[in-house]
Amino acid sequence: LEYFLTEQQKTIKSLARKIAEEKILPVRAELDEKEEFPRAILKNMADADMFRIFIPEKYDGLGGGCLDLCLVVEELSRVCSGVSVCFAASSLGTYSLIEFGSDELKQKYLPAIASGQKLAAFALTEASAGSDVSGVRTTAEKVKGGYLLNGTKQFITNGGEADMYTVIALTDKARGPRGASAFLVDKGTPGFTFGKKEKKLGIRASATTELVFRNCLVPASNMIGREGVGYVMVMKLLDRSRPGVGAQALGVAQGALEAAVDYTRTRIQFGHPLIAIQTVQQMLADMAIKVEAARLLVYSTARTIDAGVKNFTEESAMAKVFASDTAMQVTTDALQVCGGAGYMKDYPIEKMFRDAKITQIYEGSNQVLRDVIAFELRKRRGKRG
Amino acid sequence: MNIAVCIKQVPGTTKVKIDPQTNTLVRQGIENIINPLDTYAVEEAVRLRERYGGEVIVLTMGPPQADAVLREAISHGADKAVLLCDAAFAGADTLATSYTLARAIARLDNIDLSICGRQTLDGDTGQVAPEISEVLGLPFISYVSKVEEISNGRLRVQRLVEEGYETVEAPLPAVISVVKEINTPRLPSLRGLSRSKSAVIPVWTAADIGADKSLVGLSGSATRVVKIFFPKRESHGEKLSGTLECQVDSLLERLRTAKSI
Repeated sequence: LEYFLTEQQKTIKSLARKIAEEKILPVRAELDEKEEFPRAILKNMADADMFRIFIPEKYDGLGGGCLDLCLVVEELSRVCSGVSVCFAASSLGTYSLIEFGSDELKQKYLPAIASGQKLAAFALTEASAGSDVSGVRTTAEKVKGGYLLNGTKQFITNGGEADMYTVIALTDKARGPRGASAFLVDKGTPGFTFGKKEKKLGIRASATTELVFRNCLVPASNMIGREGVGYVMVMKLLDRSRPGVGAQALGVAQGALEAAVDYTRTRIQFGHPLIAIQTVQQMLADMAIKVEAARLLVYSTARTIDAGVKNFTEESAMAKVFASDTAMQVTTDALQVCGGAGYMKDYPIEKMFRDAKITQIYEGSNQVLRDVIAFELRKRRGKRG
Repeated sequence: MNIAVCIKQVPGTTKVKIDPQTNTLVRQGIENIINPLDTYAVEEAVRLRERYGGEVIVLTMGPPQADAVLREAISHGADKAVLLCDAAFAGADTLATSYTLARAIARLDNIDLSICGRQTLDGDTGQVAPEISEVLGLPFISYVSKVEEISNGRLRVQRLVEEGYETVEAPLPAVISVVKEINTPRLPSLRGLSRSKSAVIPVWTAADIGADKSLVGLSGSATRVVKIFFPKRESHGEKLSGTLECQVDSLLERLRTAKSI
């Protein structure tokens, strides 16, 4: 399909592909095996201005939109979504600041994010709070000189590796989620340490850790937005970032489809290549249809957001759910048509299969997001303008 | 610290075809690329600018379409580029090419260091860099694998030799040629790509660089390509037979006859 990308978007896409194929492809299996954080690759990406894409021009960025970011994430994920998520998580950790931060705070952090000097992370999840945001227990008590943070965040992407963390904490416990606020916390702030690094099924090149706050004093100037707007900010942020997870899933699915076609073209059984067998052709065709449909939904949602449409909760949930379910189905079928070879670590598909799963889980599980879609559907009584 | 980098557009293949009639490269159907070894020269220049400041100016002599490799160098971090293009430059051998490039470097005026790749993929001579230094009357260091330091108008580098490296110093301005061990060229950047698209690249003719017309192009070339051919590789293998002792004796005798032992 023709997606009518601008010249700049085409440039971004082709440069992201170049990085993926030249820098990530040769090391992806090793990064996955060793659960190694891809420092050198992130440096390559910074040198190529990739971290500038999502930063406004005023702060040394390129002022790109949601679609520009999705194109990068898709291309990187096509080769390794473990690496792409390190990049995407930094944009997630930066977005609240861009949208709600004070100019002073933006001046202090955004140029360093844009140049790739600093990496960011976003911290919401806790042992008691996943899909249920009201379960957040981390507190931020107002004291002289700022706020005192106490609590533990879990499953934080880029944990330990990022230089700055957007942390959601309760400034007013009595008000529950309506008493939540967002803070920017620098790595190295006294009272802020990292807990255990998780061992994961997939996206193993990325780092996932606990963040532990024990009487961690954060200056009041590091609060993003006003007190008590944390919950609203998070909801807005996740609506906006979900097409990015969709793009990640889309990239994984695209990579698996290509690997499956490559393998079935060359694998000879019963005297001809697997791809000449009708059953295999049907499976590959279904995979291709789903991948293209996912791309259409992800790109269109990203464009909707970039066009300045106000409410895109439903579309964004749809893009994420459809693309991630597609990634799981396509990687499953890709592995199936590759048979025993697909199951072996010498081939890339088993990794893609493992990497696909998380996209159905994080930034809103697909079940919760279907609830969200159904809620919107009830509101608009199923009608479309 | 202003640096000139001389690059060349070459056919993107090592399987060159020669037109038997004209003894020139067949360029049809072959994508042109920046000479791979020149990418190390561009990268080193950009790194030196990052260390010492100044500007990186890329030069190439070639047809109008050679503009593409100059833009590519800009996307990888070079600041400016100049295309040396004139019908009078056509048919140049390494001597005439070096003279032309040297004149352009002289015209740029304040160049402290000129960098070339070790050799090109197509011509393969490795002569242009030393010849440029000769024309300019500047010191030349070949096979540079590391630039250690530039201070007080002097350059200290490591140059690869067969069994290790030498550390060499030279006063600036100077000319060096670099080997691929010197760095890993970076990928283009988005800002670089956008600059490379909008960059205005001046085209300099023989008159612009004040070149003596008898020293450029075919008329300035001291060599002529008379014939190009692929050397026939003949191997004279011989299999010895008989018992092991017999074979060893036979081999020893041959080696003695050949005065190898």
